[in-house]
Amino acid sequence: MISASGLSVRLGERDVLDGVDFEVRRGEWVGVIGPNGAGKSTLLKALMGLVRHRGAIMLDSRPAGGLKPRERARLLAYAPQTPALPRDMTVFDYALLGRTPFIPYLGRESRHDREVTESVLDRLDLTALATRRVGELSGGERQRVVLARALAQEAPALLLDEPTTALDLGHQQQVLELVDRLRRTDGLTVVTTLHDLTVAGLYADSLLLLTEGRAAAAGEPARVLTEELVGRHFDAHVKIEPGPDGRPVVHLVRGGP
Amino acid sequence: MVTQAGPSRARPLWVVCALGVLAASMVAALLDGAADISPWQVVLQVVDWLPFTDVDSGLAPVEQGLLFELRLPRVLVAAVVGGLLAVAGAGYQGVFRNPLADPYLLGAAAGAGLAATAAIVLFPAVAGGVPVAAFLGAVGGVFLSYLLGNTAGRDGGTATLVLAGVAVTSFLTAIQTFVQQFKVEELQRIYSWILGDVGGGWDQFWLVLPYAVVSSVLLLLHGRMLDVLSVGDEEATSLGVRASRVRLMVLLAACLATAAAVAVSGLIGFVGIVVPHVVRRIAGGSYRIVLPLSLIGGAAFLVLADLAARTVIAPAELPIGVVTMFVGAPFFVAVLRVTRRTAT
Repeated sequence: MISASGLSVRLGERDVLDGVDFEVRRGEWVGVIGPNGAGKSTLLKALMGLVRHRGAIMLDSRPAGGLKPRERARLLAYAPQTPALPRDMTVFDYALLGRTPFIPYLGRESRHDREVTESVLDRLDLTALATRRVGELSGGERQRVVLARALAQEAPALLLDEPTTALDLGHQQQVLELVDRLRRTDGLTVVTTLHDLTVAGLYADSLLLLTEGRAAAAGEPARVLTEELVGRHFDAHVKIEPGPDGRPVVHLVRGGP
Repeated sequence: MVTQAGPSRARPLWVVCALGVLAASMVAALLDGAADISPWQVVLQVVDWLPFTDVDSGLAPVEQGLLFELRLPRVLVAAVVGGLLAVAGAGYQGVFRNPLADPYLLGAAAGAGLAATAAIVLFPAVAGGVPVAAFLGAVGGVFLSYLLGNTAGRDGGTATLVLAGVAVTSFLTAIQTFVQQFKVEELQRIYSWILGDVGGGWDQFWLVLPYAVVSSVLLLLHGRMLDVLSVGDEEATSLGVRASRVRLMVLLAACLATAAAVAVSGLIGFVGIVVPHVVRRIAGGSYRIVLPLSLIGGAAFLVLADLAARTVIAPAELPIGVVTMFVGAPFFVAVLRVTRRTAT
């Protein structure tokens, strides 16, 4: 679905990404992990075409460079880490923004666009909030509204930058379960950056570990989340054990590094 | 409870209410004047002017002519100028994602002021020169701000542009003051233009109308796009929108509206902040609502402001710009307080 080779991004004097190769199969959930400043968000932005980059990106077996913005937006939906939420906008209007790639420049939304938006709001239990203003929502509700906008885009792939930041444990689980369910029912491809390693290992089919703009490791969670790799790249002292379902659980060890 | 949820748009009820307010203000403004004509007869005369109606108001031809040649064009110019300033203000606010953006913060007023002053000082004999010069000056002022804002910081976004506007405004105002000192005897004329005037008659109305139609239609068509821009350039791009292209289109239309308004009426401030803000509070934040209702509301606001300007110290007249500033400046502070409180 998504593949990148030799992906490099230079911001000012710094190489934020440096020759990253990266492959996401259709229907797969890939978690991007790495220490702060490793280039996780930049990777998503490069895929989305929001930053200048070198290297080749293929989306749905087509070179991304040849896609118009609207065409790209029909293949990839993106939710940034801190989305700009216009506080006076209603929840319905905000979710409807996801239909933008399908509406002509000066045109207005069709009945189909409204129906898609309504059904997405319904699936995310947001129908009761549809007429509320975005600025009045709680953190968990906002995250769901942002997800609703991305889903209204009906793109085969979702790029979510830290979808669980600022959410408490229960809401984190709620959002991730929701993404997982949608992925299974709709066959969506999902790429998320996640700072919580255990959570990343729990939900993702495969992980990409970035450090200083390079891919340090990639593959199944159990192969990437090892005490050696995490210890070295995060500069942390951790103990990693298999959890109840066999997936790795990362514990901090007191007194290190 | 299931509430009917749907896309925001200007609901017919609101549009009808706004048009009602506008019509009432226009009739009220027609009632006032130096000649003593009974209000009822004015109302009858207005009905008579409407298409497909024929009512005898009982007014003498002289009185009818006075209403038609003096009072009516003044009210209409005030309405068009007010509508343009308000809808342009809403457009700028959408483009800069800043509820305090106003035609006057972006160099339009200063540019027009400088050009009009130069026209008065350098070519005092050319009668129709001031509107044309003001038009070019307004366009030039916004263009300078845009250019400076873009070169100063490509990713600085909206704050950079507003700051560039402030810099351009100061610079052009300094030149304007410098130029006006060459012809001290023209100061009266320069100041009466700078403080605003809608009493130009039918000529001015016909002069401004084509630009008013083109720019308002363009702005009204961009309501949905301005809603998309409100999530920021990056997210708008991820939704497949070329943000810079939308911004340029809306800026051009808003600039045309401002320039046309400034050209016929001089500098009338704060309409572009006050009206869209009130609309947002009452009817909703979507630009599909804010743009059309600001157009109508701005028209009503300026008609009433002109009425106040004529009556407060009658028989003398206040410049209309003074009235809008008197209302607008405290309002500006109030908006600033609200935005700062909710921004954090």
